[in-house]
Amino acid sequence: MTDDLLRLKTETDAALAAAGDLRAWDAVRIAVLGRNGALTGLLKELGRVPAEEKRARGAALNALKEALTAAIEARRVALEGAALEVRLAAERMDVTLPPRLAPGGLIHPISRTMEEMAAIFGAMGFAIAEGPDIEDDWRNFGALNIPAHHPARQDMDTFYVPGMDVEGRQRVLRTHTSPVQVRTMLNQEPPIRVIVPGRTYRADHDATHSPMFHQVEGLVIDRAITLGHLKGCLIDFLRAFFGIDTLPVRFRSSYFPFTEPSMEVDIGWNRRTGELGGGGDWLEILGSGMVHAKVLANCGIDAREWQGFAFGMGIERVTMLKHGIADLRPFYESDIRWLRHYGFNPLAPATLHEGV
Amino acid sequence: MKFPLSWLKTHLETEASLDEITTALTNIGLELEGVENRGAALAPFVVAHVVEAVQHPNADRLRACQVDTGSGIVSVVCGAPNARTGMKGVFAPPGSFIPGTGITLKVGDIRGVQSAGMLLSYKEMGLGEDHAGIVELDDSAPVGVGYASWAGLDDPIIEIAVTPNRGDALSVRGVARDLAAAGLGVLVPFAPEKVEGHGASAVDWAIELPLACPWVLGRTIRGVQNGPSPKWLQERLVAVGLRPINALVDVTNFFTLDLGRPLHVFDADKVAGGRLIFRAGDGETFLALNGKEYTATQDDCVIADANGVQSLAGVIGGAATGCDENTTSVFVECALFNPVSVALTGRRHQVISDARQRFERGIDPALLPDAVEAATRMIQHLCGGEASEVVAAGAEPAWQRTASLRFARLREFGGLDVPADAAVAALERLGFGVVARGDASVTVSVPSWRNDVAASSALEPSPSLPAARADKAAEGRAVMEPECDLIEEVLRLHGLDSVPPVSLPVAGAVPVATLSARQLRSAVARRTLAAQGLAECVTFSFMASATAALFGTAHAALRLGNPIASDLDQMRPTPLATLAMAAQRNAARGFGDVGLFEIGPGFPEPEGQLLLAAGVRAGVSSRHWQGGAVAVDAMLAKADVWTVLAGLGVPMEALSVTADAPGHYHPGRSGVVRQGPKTVLAHFGALHPAVLAALDLDGPVVGFEINLDAIQDPKRRKKAAPDLPAFQPVRRDFAFVVEGGVAAEAVLKAARGAERSLIAGVALFDLYEGDKMEEGRKSLGVEVTFQPRERTLTDQEIEAACQKVVVAVAKATGATLRG
Repeated sequence: MTDDLLRLKTETDAALAAAGDLRAWDAVRIAVLGRNGALTGLLKELGRVPAEEKRARGAALNALKEALTAAIEARRVALEGAALEVRLAAERMDVTLPPRLAPGGLIHPISRTMEEMAAIFGAMGFAIAEGPDIEDDWRNFGALNIPAHHPARQDMDTFYVPGMDVEGRQRVLRTHTSPVQVRTMLNQEPPIRVIVPGRTYRADHDATHSPMFHQVEGLVIDRAITLGHLKGCLIDFLRAFFGIDTLPVRFRSSYFPFTEPSMEVDIGWNRRTGELGGGGDWLEILGSGMVHAKVLANCGIDAREWQGFAFGMGIERVTMLKHGIADLRPFYESDIRWLRHYGFNPLAPATLHEGV
Repeated sequence: MKFPLSWLKTHLETEASLDEITTALTNIGLELEGVENRGAALAPFVVAHVVEAVQHPNADRLRACQVDTGSGIVSVVCGAPNARTGMKGVFAPPGSFIPGTGITLKVGDIRGVQSAGMLLSYKEMGLGEDHAGIVELDDSAPVGVGYASWAGLDDPIIEIAVTPNRGDALSVRGVARDLAAAGLGVLVPFAPEKVEGHGASAVDWAIELPLACPWVLGRTIRGVQNGPSPKWLQERLVAVGLRPINALVDVTNFFTLDLGRPLHVFDADKVAGGRLIFRAGDGETFLALNGKEYTATQDDCVIADANGVQSLAGVIGGAATGCDENTTSVFVECALFNPVSVALTGRRHQVISDARQRFERGIDPALLPDAVEAATRMIQHLCGGEASEVVAAGAEPAWQRTASLRFARLREFGGLDVPADAAVAALERLGFGVVARGDASVTVSVPSWRNDVAASSALEPSPSLPAARADKAAEGRAVMEPECDLIEEVLRLHGLDSVPPVSLPVAGAVPVATLSARQLRSAVARRTLAAQGLAECVTFSFMASATAALFGTAHAALRLGNPIASDLDQMRPTPLATLAMAAQRNAARGFGDVGLFEIGPGFPEPEGQLLLAAGVRAGVSSRHWQGGAVAVDAMLAKADVWTVLAGLGVPMEALSVTADAPGHYHPGRSGVVRQGPKTVLAHFGALHPAVLAALDLDGPVVGFEINLDAIQDPKRRKKAAPDLPAFQPVRRDFAFVVEGGVAAEAVLKAARGAERSLIAGVALFDLYEGDKMEEGRKSLGVEVTFQPRERTLTDQEIEAACQKVVVAVAKATGATLRG
């Protein structure tokens, strides 16, 4: 490399080193590579070089151009990197600051349990039936083999609504979800497989009774449904619902006017710890039985042809057991602290594939 | 129902342990409620002899005793005034726990005299309130023997729940019969010997109401000596919670429990006119044995003598003709009453008695003659006297009936293969008699005490059923019900646990959707509202009528006839009402910033109910370092409504909002969401200040109500191919100045319609009503998006389109562009 080229290289390197920011760097770049830059000038003069030197001079200039271009680019990268470092050093935040969260809403435990019941019974082929809260005394009692004088009618603590319905019957707040059995059997030909979750009302208010509460009713009517199916269905449900596949389930003879035979169903638990599944104690959890021939007849179903079972359980009760909720009354108080504590994430609904 | 084990064993010969008995009771449907074992707490206490009781040397009120406990003589200091030399009492050794005081005894020194134990009062043993002195036992009490066993207190008391169908099990004998049938022993035969009658009864019967009282027996026993009943009888009655009165009355109570056969005794000398008549009441008032007065109505069956009403038949007897210690001539009543008649009278007068409880469940109609003889015997045994002949009125009703069981039905209905012989044997043990037996079935007679089996009670069929269908169903019931009764008996004794569980058969491996479209709407609305940040509540469907009136009409037809509390007397017109109350309660606890929702019934009209999704948002959001607190406003409630409706597939472009929300909303800050002119989907807005004031709720509070039943099922059509133009949209901003009363929606709608093929969207980005505006006018900042489809738009084309927007908005709303 001739002296002039070497000098240009040396001077450019020094100028680049001296350029502290991109603006100074750009001045160097223009001074060297620009239209009137030093290197551009040398290239223009190549034509005047004697022919025998031209080849060597051209090669030297090209080498110089590559070297200078690389040096200028390298300096740009270095300067930009340094500038970014400075910016990043300045752009710091306290990442422990609390972010602004969208307020999280919640699903009430009663709704959650109803959803879980729909998922589990749905897999067993049940549909969901519904009925009004204000019923008449025939659907709530008479059709269900609870005649007017029956002691069971007194045990129900019925709320009466003034006046008669369109069919001339006394209006009542339904004391159980069982009137929907009657509605279903009158509106639909068997086979029938429904559950009926819903609000129910009894004039009773203390630590363990609420004047409004929720039940789920089940009704299965088919040709060859036996008491064995009743047991299988309820055992399958209880084990899935409580998530204990060895949950002990006991069936005891009992009495309900609308079923025969009737059974109380107990699950195994530990009375002392409240833990479900073992412990040697029994906890009454629901009532069940084969649908009474009178109930079928009152709804126009021939008991020689069709038979089946029904059951009913308290939704609050199984919810309290499943989640270890000690007190009934806060279910209805809408205390935001209780709701936040026991409520469920709406984006994680109860489905069988995600787990109930 | 309660009974001591020893009483049960008078009817049941058994080697079974208490545990086996109680387990069996629960399994056969006589659910064990509890076992009270009074003996357990009394185990350390023994009968002791006070060898000597002298004045304590250092204390006026104490006595120093030498007590023979059967295992040595100990020194005991006693404060009871009745402690004296030679008496027998109950001794508690050191280390024993005293139930009445909750103290564990230690050897002590009381003012210089050692006290190595204690002589007990009844109260200290937990056996009552008697604390007048220490227990004094009969001289015959054996020293050193456990007090509990000597006093018969080591006899466990079993309590069971008897279901309403099992009147027969409201008796010790009935329970024993069931246990024997379940294989726990042998039922002791019951065949009371007849007492020969001498002479006519001093009182006789007349029945005017044969429906209420079909049959009655009676007998006078003259020359009785009434007084306290013997210890064994008193103890049994006390054990089951009854108060001993006198021997004659105690005998009636004994048979009520022993045989489930209520009796009544009249003092024959107090019965006027020598005749007791079963007749309808006539408004007469009488004093009953419980010390209360009752006025008999025409619907009550009463027992009356010449002086008037003496008893509410089957429910409670009267004081005027009752037996006391002066009674010398007793007339025993043993009647059969109609269960419904007794139930109605009992309920009408709100009397709960052991007699009513049994009569209304139905008693054994064949037991009357035997019961009269057994009662006569016991009265004579305890009180002496001579029995008259038995007087009767009415007749034993025809209770005899049969029921048939096809053995295969045990499997086909009951789910359990029971061998025919075993099934028949079980029925026979329960007292059913084989009338006819074939290979496939058996016909049995029903025992008189089982009025729940093969009972032919009336149907209450739906009046809507076609006659042929109703008749066929009634025939089916007539065949199947008695058979189900028998299946139940066999399974009950066999143990339902032996029925093998079978999972329900399903139509396919993959279940079909469980929820209907309507149910799905609720589920989606619930998740959507919770995802919007609202907490789901479940509030009561009833509330105070005055508060309900704030949210609509508190119809009298929806006011409960028997509310449990005055603030829970009215069916709520809307869940918004109870949610607003919930917001108030939360605010009162210091949580004024809440968002709540509920999906539940509202009862705005006397008939029918709506399924509403309602919500409230109250207060001011909490402060945050990135921005200040924000107060809720009507637009927040509108956003909730919009999000739910969009989530439910409502065609949002078809909705309109009008400013005519119901009266519980702020009239200027609320809206009605309509789909078409008639269908109202929702209300939203700020709650009316007067409502807030009445609820003691500080504002701001906004709310909404969505009528889920007004929303149509979404159309399940396949979607058209999407419109995805290749050219960039162009956006232009406009500032329109309009009169203050012009609806923003009118401006947006006009802009949207100005050039439908080109305008893809309009958005309001600014609303200004401040002081830089002319009075009564407002400025709306609108961004219009133009979407070219064929090619990029030229400046002239964009300009022309903008001009169309300006003209269209000006024409529709009188708007001018802001200078």
